[in-house]
Amino acid sequence: MADGQHPARDQHDTFFLRDPAEALQLPMDYVQRVKRTHSQGGYGSQGYKYNWKLDEARKNLLRTHTTSASARALYRLAQKKPFTPVKYFSIDRVFRNETLDATHLAEFHQIEGVVADHGLTLGHLMGVLREFFTKLGITQLRFKPAYNPYTEPSMEVFSYHQGLKKWVEVGNSGVFRPEMLLPMGLPENVSVIAWGLSLERPTMIKYGINNIRELVGHKVNLQMVYDSPLCRLDAEPRPPPTQEAA
Amino acid sequence: MPTVSVKRDLLFQALGRTYTDEEFDELCFEFGLELDEITSEKEIISKEQGNVKAAGASDVVLYKIDVPANRYDLLCLEGLVRGLQVFKERIKAPVYKRVMPDGKIQKLIITEETAKIRPFAVAAVLRNIKFTKDRYDSFIELQEKLHQNICRKRALVAIGTHDLDTLSGPFTYTAKRPSDIKFKPLNKTKEYTACELMNIYKTDNHLKHYLHIIENKPLYPVIYDSNGVVLSMPPIINGDHSRITVNTRNIFIECTGTDFTKAKIVLDIIVTMFSEYCENQFTVEAAEVVFPNGKSHTFPELAYRKEMVRADLINKKVGISLWFVHSFFRETPENLAKLLTRMYLKSEVIGDGNQIEIEIPPTRADIIHACDIVEDAAIAYGYNNIQMTLPKTYTIANQFPLNKLTELLRHDMAAAGFTEALTFALCSQEDIADKLGVDISATKAVHISNPKTAEFQVARTTLLPGLLKTIAANRKMPLPLKLFEISDIVIKDSNTDVGAKNYRHLCAVYYNKNPGFEIIHGLLDRIMQLLDVPPGEDKGGYVIKASEGPAFFPGRCAEIFARGQSVGKLGVLHPDVITKFELTMPCSSLEINVGPFL
Repeated sequence: MADGQHPARDQHDTFFLRDPAEALQLPMDYVQRVKRTHSQGGYGSQGYKYNWKLDEARKNLLRTHTTSASARALYRLAQKKPFTPVKYFSIDRVFRNETLDATHLAEFHQIEGVVADHGLTLGHLMGVLREFFTKLGITQLRFKPAYNPYTEPSMEVFSYHQGLKKWVEVGNSGVFRPEMLLPMGLPENVSVIAWGLSLERPTMIKYGINNIRELVGHKVNLQMVYDSPLCRLDAEPRPPPTQEAA
Repeated sequence: MPTVSVKRDLLFQALGRTYTDEEFDELCFEFGLELDEITSEKEIISKEQGNVKAAGASDVVLYKIDVPANRYDLLCLEGLVRGLQVFKERIKAPVYKRVMPDGKIQKLIITEETAKIRPFAVAAVLRNIKFTKDRYDSFIELQEKLHQNICRKRALVAIGTHDLDTLSGPFTYTAKRPSDIKFKPLNKTKEYTACELMNIYKTDNHLKHYLHIIENKPLYPVIYDSNGVVLSMPPIINGDHSRITVNTRNIFIECTGTDFTKAKIVLDIIVTMFSEYCENQFTVEAAEVVFPNGKSHTFPELAYRKEMVRADLINKKVGISLWFVHSFFRETPENLAKLLTRMYLKSEVIGDGNQIEIEIPPTRADIIHACDIVEDAAIAYGYNNIQMTLPKTYTIANQFPLNKLTELLRHDMAAAGFTEALTFALCSQEDIADKLGVDISATKAVHISNPKTAEFQVARTTLLPGLLKTIAANRKMPLPLKLFEISDIVIKDSNTDVGAKNYRHLCAVYYNKNPGFEIIHGLLDRIMQLLDVPPGEDKGGYVIKASEGPAFFPGRCAEIFARGQSVGKLGVLHPDVITKFELTMPCSSLEINVGPFL
C-alpha cells in the first residue's frame, strides 16, 4: 500500500495487520507525489479527486497480489539513474481474506512478469504473452479488454481448453498507468507492461484437480507427491482429463 | 466485477436486432464485457431454494453480463444498449443537456449540522418521465448497483429518488438527533422515530449492512420538504410519502455523501441513463443546492470535457506502428477519430492534421488520462487485430540469489530421501506458541487484525507446525515419514520499513517408531556439505552445541552455529509437542535459517 497503489480489492478481502499495524518508514517525497496525483491530479491526469489519507496508505496488510512486489521493484529501479530497461518476474505467495471453498484458499501463488523500456506497446505485451504461454503449452489465445485500477489498457488473456471445450481465462495483463509510474520517478517515455496469473488454477485445470487443498497446505496427500511424474511442459500434451475441472 | 442482469428479449428489442447466444457473447468479448450466465428467475430460485419454491417464477431469459468496475455508464440496460449501439455505429451518441425549469428551480438547502456526518449533497430533476414496469425496475436496480459499486455500499454516497408531485420545495438537508426524527419509511404502515428504525432494521437482511454508517453518531442526516415531510434519512431509507411508482412523472433525485466527486458522478449517471424516458429526451432539469456557507451551485454538472491527443501517440502506445510498410497497419488520424467516436468519445482531427480533439461526456468519468483514451482506441480497433511483436529490450537475466540457493537445496533434500511439503504461512497462535511450549509474546509474531477463523491469527515464525500438521493429515502413510520445506517465516522487526522481515528457513522432520535423531543429524551434516561449510568452529565452519528448548526432549537438543552465528536447532521433539499436534510416534526435527549461507 505504501507504494501508492489503489487497493485493487475490497477491504473485506484483505488481511490487515494488528501488529505491526502501520508502516514505520515511508519515502515522504514519494508519498507527497502519490497524494497529489490521487487527490488533485498531475502528470497529465485528472487524478481521482478524493481525500487521499496517509493513515490509510500506512496500514500494513498481507499482499493480495504480487503486483505490490513489482511496484516496489519498479520504485527501486526508478531511483537508479540513468534508466536501464529491465525484465522482471516473480512467483510468490499472495493472501486473500475470502470465503473458502473447493477452489479458494486464503493463500495461493501468483506468477508475475514485467518489462520496463522505452516505447513498449500493447502489441509488445501481446507478443510476450504469446511466447510466455507457448512455453506453458498454451497456444490458442484471445485477448479481451478488461479493467484494473493500475493498468490501462488492460487485457484478460483467454485460451481454448480442448477438454472443457470452451475459452477459459488464463491470465490478466496491462500497461501500468502513468499515475502509478511517474510519481515513482520513472522517465515519462518509459512504458511498463505486465502480466500475471495464478499458479494453482492452471495447474488444477491441467491435471484435472477439483479441490485446491490437494495442491497447497498440510492436507496434501503425500501419496500423490510420491507418485507424481515429472512436470514436462514441453513434452507431448497428455489426453485431456476426463472429469470437468472446477 | 459488477454483474448486470437484463431480460434478453428486452435487450434485443432495444438493440433493434436479435443475436444468438454465441453472437452476443462475441459482441461482449469485443467490447470488454463478459456474458457470464444465461438463466431465468425460475432457474435462479431453483438453484437457491429448490424446485418447489421456483414453480410459478418467471421463465423469461436473463442475460447476466459482467461489466468493468469503472464503467458506471454500463450498469443498466439503458447504458449497455446505448454503449453497444454507438459501438456498432447504429446510433449517434445522444448529447445530454441540463435545462432550466419553466417555473421556479428546485432548491436543496444544506445546513451546517451535516458537516460532521455527511457533508455533501447534489440534486436534479427528471421532468415528465414515462416509466413502464421494466423501466421502473431498471431505475431501482441501477441505484442498487451504484450503491454497491462506486458508492462503496452507501458509505461514500447514497441515492434518494422521490416523486416530486407529492412534495413541495425548497428542501432542507440537515442532521438531527435520532429521537427528533419521526416518519413513515418505505414499506411500513406507521411512523417510527429514527431510534426505533435502527432497531427494526437490525434484522432486515438488506438494510442491516448500512446501519453502522450513522448508528453511533449523535446526529442523523435527514431531508425534509417545506411541509416537514421526510424525503429520506440517508443512507438508510427513504420516506414512504414520496415513493416512486410506475406512474410517477416527475422525479426529484438527491445524492448525499462524504465524497463530493463521487456524489456528482453518481447523479450524472442516473440522470443521463434515465433522461432517455423524459418527454424532452436526454434533458435534465437543474436543481440548486445551497451550501452552509451560503454559496449555491447548480446541478447536475453534466460537464463535457475536451482532451487533445496526438494520433501518433495512440498508434505508438497500441502498436499500430507508423513504421510498418503496409499502410494496412497504420491508422490515420481520421480513422482513429472514428474509432474513438464509436467508444462514446466524440472525436475529430484538428490543427496540423495530427491532433485529435476528444470530447469526454459526463458518463465517462473513468477517462482521466490519455492512457484511458488509448485503451478505448485499441478496443474499437479490436485487440485481436493488433499485431503481436516482441520488445527489442535486451537484458541479461539473473535468478534471485536466495531463490536460486533454495532451488538447489530442494533437489538435494529430495535426493537425501525427504519429501517436500508446501504449507500455509498463516496459522493459529497456538500452532507457533502453546503447542511448542512457548508464550506468544516471546515469538515476535506478526498478528492479523481481521482473521475469519483462528487458522489465520498469525504469520508463522517457524516451519515446524506446518510439517507436523502435514504428518497428522497423512497418518495412514507408511513410516518413516521424512518431510521438509524451505520457505519464508515472518518476524516483527522495527528496523524495516513495514515493521516485519521474512527469513528463509529450511525445516526437516523425521517421524517414525524411533525418533531418528541420528538421521536428522546426518541430514544436517549433508546440508552443510552441500553448502560447503566445513565442520569445526574455525575456518567459518559449523558446530553443534548441546542446548535445550521447550519444544525439545531434555538432553536431546542442540543449537547449530555456523560462520560465527546461531543458525538454528535440531533435536528430538518433546512428547507434549507430539501430542498437541495429534501425533503418536516419536519425531525429530531440524530448522535452520538459510540466509547466512547465501
